[in-house]
Amino acid sequence: MSVRIEIDGRIIEAKAGDDLLSVCLSHGIDVPYFCWHGALGSLGACRQCAVRVYSGPDDATGKIVMSCMTPATDGLRVSVADPEASNFRARVIEWLMVNHPHDCPVCEEAGSCHLQDMTVATGHNERRYRFDKRTHRNQDLGPLLTHEMNRCIACYRCTRFYRDYAGGRDLDAFGAHDNVYFGRAEDGVLESPFAGNLAEVCPTGVFNDKGWSHDYARKWDMRAAPSICPHCAVGCNLFVSERDGRVRRVQNRYHGALNGYFLCDRGRFGPLHVVSPQRFTAPQIAGAVVSEHDAVVAARAAIEQGAIGIGSPRASLEANYALRKLVGAERFFAGVSDAEAKLVRRIVEILRAGPGQIATLSEIEACDAVLVLGEDLTNVAPRIALSLRQTARGAERALATQKGVAHWLDQAVRTAGEGRRSPIVLATPAPDALDDVASLSLRLDPLSIAAFGDAVATALAGGDAPNKAVNIANVLAASERPLIIAGASLGAAQIVEAAAAIVAALGTKARIVLIAPEANSLGLALLGGDGVEAAAAALEADVARNVIVLENELFERAPRGAVDRLFAAATTVVALDALTTEISARADVALPVAAFSESAGTFVNYEGRAQRFFAAVQPQEYAPASWRRLAALGAGDWATLDAIIKDLIADQPELVGVVGAAPDASCSCAHGKIARAPRPLSAHTADDRAGRDPAATPKPDPDSPLSFGMEGARGADVPAALLTGYETHGLHSANAVTRFEEEIGGPLRGGDPGARLFKQGDAALSPAAPFAPIDGHGPLLVPLDDVFSGSETGRASALLAARAPAPRLLLHPDDAAALGLAECASVMLDGVACAAPLTLEPKLARGVVAVSVGKLLPRGPLRRVVVEAAR
Amino acid sequence: MIGWLEALFRVGRKLAAKTVTVQYPEVKPKLPPRSRGRIVLTRDPDGQERCVACNLCAVACPVGCIDLSKAVAEDGRWYPEHFRINFARCIFCGYCEEACPTAAIQLTPDFELSEWRRDALVYDKQDLLIAGQGKVRGYRYWSVAGKAIAGKDKGEAEHEAPPVDLKGLRP
Repeated sequence: MSVRIEIDGRIIEAKAGDDLLSVCLSHGIDVPYFCWHGALGSLGACRQCAVRVYSGPDDATGKIVMSCMTPATDGLRVSVADPEASNFRARVIEWLMVNHPHDCPVCEEAGSCHLQDMTVATGHNERRYRFDKRTHRNQDLGPLLTHEMNRCIACYRCTRFYRDYAGGRDLDAFGAHDNVYFGRAEDGVLESPFAGNLAEVCPTGVFNDKGWSHDYARKWDMRAAPSICPHCAVGCNLFVSERDGRVRRVQNRYHGALNGYFLCDRGRFGPLHVVSPQRFTAPQIAGAVVSEHDAVVAARAAIEQGAIGIGSPRASLEANYALRKLVGAERFFAGVSDAEAKLVRRIVEILRAGPGQIATLSEIEACDAVLVLGEDLTNVAPRIALSLRQTARGAERALATQKGVAHWLDQAVRTAGEGRRSPIVLATPAPDALDDVASLSLRLDPLSIAAFGDAVATALAGGDAPNKAVNIANVLAASERPLIIAGASLGAAQIVEAAAAIVAALGTKARIVLIAPEANSLGLALLGGDGVEAAAAALEADVARNVIVLENELFERAPRGAVDRLFAAATTVVALDALTTEISARADVALPVAAFSESAGTFVNYEGRAQRFFAAVQPQEYAPASWRRLAALGAGDWATLDAIIKDLIADQPELVGVVGAAPDASCSCAHGKIARAPRPLSAHTADDRAGRDPAATPKPDPDSPLSFGMEGARGADVPAALLTGYETHGLHSANAVTRFEEEIGGPLRGGDPGARLFKQGDAALSPAAPFAPIDGHGPLLVPLDDVFSGSETGRASALLAARAPAPRLLLHPDDAAALGLAECASVMLDGVACAAPLTLEPKLARGVVAVSVGKLLPRGPLRRVVVEAAR
Repeated sequence: MIGWLEALFRVGRKLAAKTVTVQYPEVKPKLPPRSRGRIVLTRDPDGQERCVACNLCAVACPVGCIDLSKAVAEDGRWYPEHFRINFARCIFCGYCEEACPTAAIQLTPDFELSEWRRDALVYDKQDLLIAGQGKVRGYRYWSVAGKAIAGKDKGEAEHEAPPVDLKGLRP
């Protein structure tokens, strides 16, 4: 239902019951604010958003109210420009600034600071307060965030995000009145894997990105490009900012259906792997640096002799396609284990077949009952875990709505909701960070999880099942929007099938999320190809002599034995990568390629959404995009990204949606190309020794409608998929995003970016293939993911590495006792010594051994391992 | 008749007047201290670099000829790791000086910047940084800033109260 209100003479249609501040902001009317946040709701703490409201046409006096705490009602007359209200706001900011230090020149926030924007907007420009400023001591909050408490204006956004929204416990408000302090009880690392968001949530410079501070450039000096996080299957949208050809900072890029306002720390700090010393920069033959020409000649010779290609779930769709084109579809293999390749293909099939609808993150938040099978969400797909924390509050919100409490009155909703929680059932092998919001946490080994899932499906179909499964089936059946989450992280196809069976039993009301292992796992699966074992067998069968490995540390993703067989069978191994890996070091020919921040391409995320990322940094000549390298080696005649996409959809018409992921390079806005650089970009003539302005003739970017210069369109003129920043006159911080949303928390203007490739009912679901038998003795191997580590790219980021825990090996104490192992014992797995000492974990499921994946062992299918004491 | 006699008189009177024209370069002109010429980076009264690399001069510069990047010294001070001004581009408008919150960047009356090579007009930090305070005497930015540096803890800047004791019981 909509209401009509009048704001300074302008008649506005608003959603009934929305708060006045949201209405103003989404209609482009600037009202200063601090404590209000699109995702955190209204609090009324800062008193900054005062406006005058008149109750009706006869009311000539009106009254001053806080717009964030006032619902929009029909016929309301509002005056933002009212002199008394303006004066009120100016006095409030003067009072907020009383203790604010004279820090702007040495504050990272300055230039993109909400406090600066609001101070300028209210006209407060002279300090009248002559007394001493209150000061605070800072805390060391770990390697990711800086802390400068003097700058605080006590808006409480940090604790509301950290505690109420993200479920953190170790950040709090201390003290009283003007002494209030936001920090930890004592110095130490902020534990939440979402702590990095504080840098964006804080409207001043109290919390800031420490990595950015270390390699600092002001906002007005950085070019930014729209990008996609390459570190998990969710595909959160990012801004990647660079200066002097070096990526300095990653920030959230709002996406209504996906990441919204927040990222996880892996997404915020992980992409800085592109500036790590592990970057691979010079072509090598047999480990020795050679010229580009020699390396390319050697690679071409290897291809002419016949080669198979091994793709990668972390390379773009285009790069994988170029490789497939180069070697031929029958010689193209996915760079993962056979079992994973098969499992991800099956996930694609299930997602396409329906009947469950694939849930976006915003839909996850609206679900009213959730069953998680096997996935350790906080570590596998952290942003989904953050959404699930909002799902948990669904029952609370529903009760509050019943009682007539507006949804944006967040604190009131918490009180009125009486602490109710929507049912969330976690069935996982290891203790889970989401246990505190789960109504039931089951610790089961992977096979029991699958069996439990099957039992729920049986119960839903009316069959005989254990009580626990029947109860859960009843909850799911009674709910309006049940959600089933499963994935590939345990390597168990059984679990994915069980999830599909439950969704099939629930019918069309069910939502499903199947989490693939990596950013472009689904894209790779759409191109087909078996795994590394099949590739090794093909080489051994003399299908070809050589092998090309695309952006892949195979030792992470496939059993070591299979990769060693591959190396043994291949005459020449050609590796293309942006990072130095064991593969690139052992390869006969290694060629550097561009990282995701230097090239354009497409990732397909867990919902089958094709999303385009663009180069933030001009690519170096020695490291062109992978698909360009492959084109030069003979894959095709593609001068631009659009050309390769055209060939891709001609070859595979079902991927036609990829075109719609973002406008193509011919897209032109009112002011021409879209500028990555802010205006003015400082220092653009400082090195201009030849008398020409290099910024006037920036290098063209053939792969996108973006330009590296400062001429061009920006801000509201730009399609959502191409936003290079929230450029708005007078607003410089990330809070300006409200100008780009259709409504607060809704989609971006012009629709959320990305193109969904799967339509439910596209294909019928074939019956599940028989599961590979799990032979052998010993406990089941459970891979332990970690939000701060991820794959080899995540570990190459120095900031994430500083937060990553030591590799772990966990056993249940009873299992350990049965094996005769004590805490800290050295352990052998399948006869190979494990680098991590044994930790006893009483909350672990029985019959499993949990091992840090990637660091100690590669990913792989579910299997049993023999655990014994090291000799 | 009267008209040209008067003109003759007016011109003739100048023969006895004091000359304004200066025989530059033999005679150097004396310019007021606020004239806008060569740009320098000054130091505070303690001889410490004043520039904190806030980049305001760079963004205020209408021609974009100033380039610098921030680094942090061991004592916690921010300073420019490099600082470059391209005088071939500079228009001596003085906006950088106007924008500077620490009185670090100042324009001097020295206008003799001609060079044979364009390269020589790109001044780096060692060319810009002078030993003195320039026109602004006695100003120390760090003594009014809230950020702590070695030798100036929290609460020790001007107009600062001692840090709050959070564990104190007083209301």
